[in-house]
Amino acid sequence: MIDNLPYIAVAFFVAFGIYTLMFKKNLIKIAIGVCLIENGVNLFLITLGYRKGAVAPIYTMAPSGQNMVLPTPQALTLTSIVIGIATTALILSVAMMIYKHYGTLDTDEVRRLRG
Amino acid sequence: MKKIIFAVAFLIFFSFLMVSAINMRTFGEPTITKMDDYFIENAQKETGANNVVTSIVFDYRGFDTLGEATVLFTAVVGVVALFRGVKK
Amino acid sequence: MKEMSKIVKTVANFVYGFILIYGFYIIVHGHLTPGGGFQGGAVTASAFALILVSYGSVNSKKFLKKDIFSLFESFGLTLFILLAFSGLGITFFYNFLANYGSWFGDAAVIGVNPGNMNTGGLIPLMNMAVGLEVLSALGVIVLIMAKGAEFTRKKENS
Repeated sequence: MIDNLPYIAVAFFVAFGIYTLMFKKNLIKIAIGVCLIENGVNLFLITLGYRKGAVAPIYTMAPSGQNMVLPTPQALTLTSIVIGIATTALILSVAMMIYKHYGTLDTDEVRRLRG
Repeated sequence: MKKIIFAVAFLIFFSFLMVSAINMRTFGEPTITKMDDYFIENAQKETGANNVVTSIVFDYRGFDTLGEATVLFTAVVGVVALFRGVKK
Repeated sequence: MKEMSKIVKTVANFVYGFILIYGFYIIVHGHLTPGGGFQGGAVTASAFALILVSYGSVNSKKFLKKDIFSLFESFGLTLFILLAFSGLGITFFYNFLANYGSWFGDAAVIGVNPGNMNTGGLIPLMNMAVGLEVLSALGVIVLIMAKGAEFTRKKENS
C-alpha cells in the first residue's frame, strides 16, 4: 500500500477540493477549491506515465544505457495547466465584479436573481 | 438536517476515492507503450530536436497547441471585457 | 496598491534584468533542454509582477503600458498561425525546415550528445512565437486586475 503513495496524494487533493466546494461560503474559498481539483487531476496525469528506474525523455547529456519515461502524458498536461490558468483568472475577475456591486462576498446574500 | 446529508455523501465519496487509490495498478508499470516507444525511437531522426516532449507538443500534436493558444487568448479577451467600464 | 520601501525598490531594480534574461534563455533553448514556450513565458511574466508589487500600481504605469502588451500578444498568435500555414504544400503543420540544411536545418546526432543549437527545423521559431504570446497575455491579466482592485476598494474614512 505504501508503494501507491502518489495515487493516495491525488485522492487527498480531489477530496479536499470537493470538501471546500461543498461546505464553504466565501467566494474566494470556492475559487481555491476549483483550483485544487484541477491541480490534483494534473498530478494524476503525470504519475500515470512513470517507469521504474527511468530518466527524463531528453537526449542532451543523458546518462547512457537507461530507458526513458513515457513522454505523451507530459505533453497533454502542459495544455491542461494553461486551461487551469484561464479558468482561475476568469473566476477571480467575476468575484471582483460581484464585490463591487453587492458589497459582500457571502454566497447567502448574493441572491438578487432569485424569485 | 441538510448538513447531515452533505456529510454522509462526502464520507461515501471520500471512501470511494481512497479504496480505488489503494487498489490501483502498481506505481511504475504502464501497460500500453507502443506509441511512446515509437516516439522515443524516431523523434530525433525525423524532427532533429533533442527534446522529445517539445517535438510532441509542436510537431506530432501541433493542433492541440493551436487550440490551447486560442483558449489563452479568449481568457484575456474575457478579462478585458469584464473591466471595461472602469474609469479613473 | 501602495509602494514599498527604498530597499525593496533597489533590489527589484537589480533583479529585474536577471529574471528577464533567464526567461528568454528558457524560451530560446526549448528544443535542447527542458522548457519551451509556455514555461519560459510564465517565468518572464513573474518579472512584471515583481515590478508591479514593489512600485505600486500608480507609479508602475510609467514602465509597463498595457497597449504594448496587447499588441505583442496579437502579433505572437498571428505569427504562430502563419508558421502553421507555411508548410501547406504537403500538409498543415508540416516541419519543412528539419534536415534541410539552411535555417535551423542540421541533422541531429543520434543518441546521447551535447546539444547543437542549429537543429530543430520549425520548432525554435514556434517556441519564440508562443513564448511572446504567453508573456504578454499574463502581463495583461496582472495589470488589468491591479487596476480593477484599486477601483473596487470601499471608500475608507480619511
